[in-house]
Amino acid sequence: MTAAPAVDHSSAAASAPAEAIHIENLHKRFGQLHVLKGVSLSARDGAVVAIIGGSGSGKSTLLRCINCLENPTSGTIRVNGEEIRLKGDGNGGMMPADRRQIERIRSRLGMVFQSFNLWSHRTLIENVIEVPVHVLGVARAEAIATAERLLERVGLAEKRDVYPAFLSGGQQQRAAIARALAIQPRVMLFDEPTSALDPELVGEVLKVIGDLAAEGRTMVLVTHEMKFAREVASHVIYLWNGLVEEEGPPEQIFGAPRSERLQQFLRSVS
Amino acid sequence: MAEVLDIKPSTVPPLRAWLRPHRVVMIAVALGLVALAATTMRWDWIERYWPLALQGLWRTIWILAVTCTLGFLLAIPLGLAQAAGPRWLAVPARAFCTVIRGTPLLLQLWLLYFGLGSLFPQFPWIRESELWPYLRQAWPYAVLGLTLSFAGYEGEVMRGAFAGVPRGQLEAARAFGMRRRTVFRRIWLPQAIQRALPTLAGETVLQLKATPLVATITVIDIYAVAGRVRQDTFIVYEPLLLLALVYLMITGIIVFAFRRLESRIPSRLG
Repeated sequence: MTAAPAVDHSSAAASAPAEAIHIENLHKRFGQLHVLKGVSLSARDGAVVAIIGGSGSGKSTLLRCINCLENPTSGTIRVNGEEIRLKGDGNGGMMPADRRQIERIRSRLGMVFQSFNLWSHRTLIENVIEVPVHVLGVARAEAIATAERLLERVGLAEKRDVYPAFLSGGQQQRAAIARALAIQPRVMLFDEPTSALDPELVGEVLKVIGDLAAEGRTMVLVTHEMKFAREVASHVIYLWNGLVEEEGPPEQIFGAPRSERLQQFLRSVS
Repeated sequence: MAEVLDIKPSTVPPLRAWLRPHRVVMIAVALGLVALAATTMRWDWIERYWPLALQGLWRTIWILAVTCTLGFLLAIPLGLAQAAGPRWLAVPARAFCTVIRGTPLLLQLWLLYFGLGSLFPQFPWIRESELWPYLRQAWPYAVLGLTLSFAGYEGEVMRGAFAGVPRGQLEAARAFGMRRRTVFRRIWLPQAIQRALPTLAGETVLQLKATPLVATITVIDIYAVAGRVRQDTFIVYEPLLLLALVYLMITGIIVFAFRRLESRIPSRLG
């Protein structure tokens, strides 16, 4: 499905899957606001990492730092073993040192946004083929064939020529997932994919994401859906106030939380 | 919802349905007015002047088309510089738009034609250049003046249009590794133009009605022809009435063309 990465698989992969995402000691400041205060995160191939936490805990910022939609203030980020080269931005923060590198890394990370962000001037099929054709250089006919398959998969085959504005939120988000899948991502990044949806539309989107998890896709998922996180995640991270307060397998996080704050948080959201 | 979804142009209604009573009355009134004008007013001058009028009409139309096109091409960088450019680009762009919008077009044309135009012959290298045969004529100054004017107004329109494209649209493009150039060409510019289209339609009509000013710098457009008829024959109102009709018809064509353009893309933006 995904092309073999340049890293050597033969020796390392024998014991454990390769590390798809590795974040170490990440800090992020917005001016005076210290949003992330040294967060580390690791996701191996096939892992589903769910990031949970209250509003303002920094979970979305953490996710957005992975593809440098937010530039970290300090720390290291590795994607598929390749470290994102950062340099000072002259403002006390960091920015990607090599534009081409970050563009290449981004083009293999399938991002799904809270507010869908489908391109409103293009139909669904055009949305899905946009990146393959204009970033990855896939032949148009081939991209269309893939896109049709993907739209079919998320249940939107008959909407291929419809503009996003004419679809429900759930349909738009499913199309956005198809768009992210079209780039054959090494990792899928979900930034609160169901938070902007009407309650009755949440299920259809979660089902699509759940199917992706079941087929062994590597995903990092910021979510408020605790039940869902418990079902699909292989690893759960609870962020509080810019720090990892507790992490572990879902049974432990949801079944036997140790931290006082996590217990309180889980009570408040259930 | 049903009518919103129906974005394809509906089939042309049969003539019967189109000829409803109020329309029939309006058509009758219009025909009556035309008949009245034709029988009670003097039109014998047309025979002598129609070749000149045709030339003038052609000149009006090409000046409009050329200045709108060039002006809009200038307006794109002017708007972009103001919406997202660095200070050293944004400030001059803003200054240009302010000066152009803050001074009468008539004054600009006169400054260019009588000012710049009388300055040029003082420089031998300009007089001896290949461009001199053109610089001695009036139309280059008319085209330059109208182009700069259109650029000034539309630069402001495009600034708003660029700024109005939702951030998420551009962020999605960046998140998938699109290069800045591609983001601009594929996402930002098309959406900005789409937003600006209704305004641009109005501005093009205004530009049409600004073209008679070129008659003051000796360019014989359709308006100047009407003036010529008056001077030669002392017939005042008939040429002016015909002139009004001509401008009305060009306006109708512009409005129709922009409607077609707008309807190609769904009106509801995400």
